[in-house]
Amino acid sequence: MYGKQLPIVDATRSAPTAAGPGGGTAGKPATFEYLTTRKDELVGWARKFSLFPYPFVTACCAMEFMAVSASSYDTDRFGAALPRFSPRQADLLMVVGTVTQKQAPILLKVYEQMCEPKWVMAFGVCASTGGFYQNYASLPGIDRIIPVDIYVPGCPPRPEMVIDGIMRLQEKIANGRHPIINDRF
Amino acid sequence: MTAPIFADVEQTLRQQMVTDTAPNDETPGPLSPSRPVRSMGVRHGILVLELLPEALLAVARRLRDTFSFDLFLDVTAVDWLGQTPRFEVVYHFYSSTHHVRVRLKLRVDESHPVVPSLTSLYGSAGYMERECHDMYGIGFEGNADLRPILLYEGFVGHPLRKDYPKQQEQPLVPYRPPQGALVR
Repeated sequence: MYGKQLPIVDATRSAPTAAGPGGGTAGKPATFEYLTTRKDELVGWARKFSLFPYPFVTACCAMEFMAVSASSYDTDRFGAALPRFSPRQADLLMVVGTVTQKQAPILLKVYEQMCEPKWVMAFGVCASTGGFYQNYASLPGIDRIIPVDIYVPGCPPRPEMVIDGIMRLQEKIANGRHPIINDRF
Repeated sequence: MTAPIFADVEQTLRQQMVTDTAPNDETPGPLSPSRPVRSMGVRHGILVLELLPEALLAVARRLRDTFSFDLFLDVTAVDWLGQTPRFEVVYHFYSSTHHVRVRLKLRVDESHPVVPSLTSLYGSAGYMERECHDMYGIGFEGNADLRPILLYEGFVGHPLRKDYPKQQEQPLVPYRPPQGALVR
């Protein structure tokens, strides 16, 4: 549907007579005996469907965040549903709404508390650029203090735009590098 | 719209609060130490009084005790840049008995923008005076706690003054360097 399809090789169909791993089950149709893929694709495929968002909700965009989380639009279908209210358990920081200069240290602390791998979505135009707040009070875009992976503009963004943003982020995750600490994998 | 209580307030002003040499003088003259309060009439349903900062505590106490203006609504300021005195401090009170509002206006100069605090009369004045101090730099004599409430420690200047640069930012977190073009 979107993203790359995982190239799964069906051992039994491509080489029906070979005595591969699990040769005793030769002749059984379409079993997942083994598969070949790249490690980054496998890990990315797993990670993109298990996004745990941390909603850093500060302003009116929160209403739209609730709309996109509720049953009509339901981000659960995209594997990005379960909000974790601890940054330790989250891997997607959704900054929803205006961030003021006074709040910037809090946002930075939340970001630093999140474990790797982590991604950041700027939800709405205020989080993306500051929007029409160009004054002493508000931060002109959260990318001034933390790196941002996906920007969803709009004041507020439509739920379709948010879902599109999530899907683009998932594409980015699926096509990205996923270095793993252990060198045997 | 006017309310009977306004006539009472104005009459009391004329009789007791104004120690004028010509008490029957109906024309609103300039404020002076001998005539610290004057009524500007009822505007948009609100009685407007102009006064000198020295008279604020006495007027507010009388409004609260005699005329039961028991709810302190707001204190804010207006920056008339270029005029002397520069700042106009505006108070609003509400009477839960008479269901009307009264507005007090007083002018203070830029060189010494200090007015008496109303925290001794209305406890709720504390927070609003802190905000007014944040935004306009008005000092409130008698308010012991004028720490920043909406701004933060280390903020230089007063952002709602007309001579504060509109887009000047004072970030608490140092900005990252620009990251170049947006990559899709």
